[in-house]
Amino acid sequence: MRKVYLYARFQRFWHWMQALIIFALLFSGMEIHGLFKLMGYEAAFQMHNYFAMGLLAFILLAFFWYITTGDFRQYLTEGNLLDKILLQARYYMNGIFRNEPHPFKKNEISRLNPLQRITYLMLTLVGLPAQIIVGFIYFYFNELVALGMDPALLAPIAYIHTLLAYLLVGFVIMHVYMTTTGHTITSNIKAMVTGWEEVEDD
Amino acid sequence: MHKLLMTRFVPVLLSLFITSTVTAEVYHHPVDKITKSTADHTKFPQLKRNFKNGPEVTKACLECHTEASSQIHRTKHWTWEVPMKDGKVLGKQHVVNNFCISVEGNEPRCTSCHIGYGWKDKKFDFASQENVDCLICHDGTGTYKKLPAGAGHPAYQTTVQEKKTYKKVDLSHIARHVQNPDRHNCGSCHFEGGGADAVKHGDLDNSLLKPDRSLDIHMASGKGELNMTCVDCHKTEGHQVPGSRYEPTAFDKHGLDYPLPDDFPTTCSSCHGTTPHKTNKKLNDHIDKVACQTCHIPQIAKERATKMWWDWSKAGKFDDKGKMIVKKDSTGHPTYITKKGEFRWEKNIDPEYRWFNGQMNYTTFLTTFDDRSIVQINHPDGKAGDTLSRIWPFKVHRGKQPYDTQLKRFVKPKLHGPKGSGAYWSDFSWDKAIKAGMENAELKYSGKYGFVETEMYWPISHMVSPKEDAMGCVECHSHGGRLESLGGFYLPGRDMNPLVEIIGFIVTFGSLIGIIVHSIMRYTTQKKMKQEEGE
Repeated sequence: MRKVYLYARFQRFWHWMQALIIFALLFSGMEIHGLFKLMGYEAAFQMHNYFAMGLLAFILLAFFWYITTGDFRQYLTEGNLLDKILLQARYYMNGIFRNEPHPFKKNEISRLNPLQRITYLMLTLVGLPAQIIVGFIYFYFNELVALGMDPALLAPIAYIHTLLAYLLVGFVIMHVYMTTTGHTITSNIKAMVTGWEEVEDD
Repeated sequence: MHKLLMTRFVPVLLSLFITSTVTAEVYHHPVDKITKSTADHTKFPQLKRNFKNGPEVTKACLECHTEASSQIHRTKHWTWEVPMKDGKVLGKQHVVNNFCISVEGNEPRCTSCHIGYGWKDKKFDFASQENVDCLICHDGTGTYKKLPAGAGHPAYQTTVQEKKTYKKVDLSHIARHVQNPDRHNCGSCHFEGGGADAVKHGDLDNSLLKPDRSLDIHMASGKGELNMTCVDCHKTEGHQVPGSRYEPTAFDKHGLDYPLPDDFPTTCSSCHGTTPHKTNKKLNDHIDKVACQTCHIPQIAKERATKMWWDWSKAGKFDDKGKMIVKKDSTGHPTYITKKGEFRWEKNIDPEYRWFNGQMNYTTFLTTFDDRSIVQINHPDGKAGDTLSRIWPFKVHRGKQPYDTQLKRFVKPKLHGPKGSGAYWSDFSWDKAIKAGMENAELKYSGKYGFVETEMYWPISHMVSPKEDAMGCVECHSHGGRLESLGGFYLPGRDMNPLVEIIGFIVTFGSLIGIIVHSIMRYTTQKKMKQEEGE
């Protein structure tokens, strides 16, 4: 058993801020969507808009950090990515029940397994930006219509925004559960708090 | 971008610098007699005499105000006739309604609200100068009242009509105390439309004579309140009072232009601009689709119940002794009257909402309709997705009224009249009443009548609440909210795409079930392995 320093201070700060923002957005968004009544539509609406600005700010900050520090290399892979993803998936479907070791070892140079790499990359480069763009189109709808956008697009834009939000709910559920599959149940979450994680010896 | 700048940002900036929008200061600054007018009517020798009747007063008025009657003759207050672009001739004189159905044939009663004297039948002379009633609009004493069935005349001698005593009016005193119209002048007819207080409009009744601010923020008459009168918005020139329900302005795109409106009449935006919301700016994005009235008049008939249902088919029942029946509800409003049928009243109610582009479609006495469904006497034109329509509040008055079952048209029953004239209120025979009414109007009647359910739409613009009482978002942005049944557009908080919701359900609960199953399997296999290790 050894301890490795996996997550820099900025990464941990960014991660937890993003978690907070996404929870706030999902929560307020559900109220706006009419799934429950808690804080009131107007308060939910205001909260949603402020946190949306926050999400945009943090995602831009994160891009800046990943590019300037070169840490984006964590997301690059060599070799056949699909094989590696399947290997990781096979572990979760099968190996995990037989106490098999994790197929990819964590260390300072490579802290993400291939399934994490592709998931986080898609989330940060595709999912969240798409949701942010659609959200901003939704918010500035009147201005865009004044510039010539078809007013009939309101419903499709709202549907896409809702659909992406539901997919994000799915991600959050799976992501939280996956944190329990580390060396111990809480070792992954501890690492995201302290930066240090206990990993199996090489 | 250029267009956006010019249409949205520049006007807003201009409005901030050039005109400031209204603030809640005293609208009518107190002025003395001299400031108010160059003429003191109490000093006029023409008015220091006894007047036998109304027309005599009018003659005296015309000595100085030589063109006044000619101006009045051009107004719909006088003609009760509004020619429309599509060729229909509307106006009070001609339209169908589902209260007392028709003016024609019932003149001495209905024309008690005409700004003239003597319209008791079709022979009324609309060119008469002295038959204009100046005092009904200009009485400054609050004592001038027309008799309920006097064809527009007040009581020249103390008179009993409809079980009420009407004291002799002091024409001479009133003539010397005239004023620009105040709320009580307009209200003497418009607050009592349909025959009594609060019956017709829902947003106009005698509670507006001295309203508090929660009833109407503009007309509130308490200390420091705006105390605005009808003509402050219905700004009148040459006796033409703007603001017709036949040709309403559903969407004022010009904005700030008070007190010289380029729209006629004054709208909310004439004073408040087209971007009036300063704290929650998203509200301004609603203005292209939602009329100001929709959110700012959350309830109508706030203090006095208005009539919502009038079923003429139930009229004509007598008790065992052959006497007429009057039934009242707990608040004293009649629910049944032998002469008129069944009523329903409601107080402090939510209006109904429709898309409205300013065009009202009217079913006239000449329109053939389908009697298998509810007949809309008038209905607002408009739809989601065009650039003219906005969501407007309406009082919808419903009821049942007689129609010709063969010709499928409305009929004009004669209601008011002496015994033997065929009038329903004296003879109680629908057949005779319809025959008499249709003959008088020179309209065809097949001889077969029935009753059909009708709807009539009254756009709402009065009883504007203070901003703190304006409707919250959730009133509409929710399931089962006020706009639940208004289709044709996406409303956040109300509308869902079934496919998106099904996918969302599967994703959410699928992943939850997935992790539960996975964690149970992990727990049981780990336990088993530990046991095996232990052995």
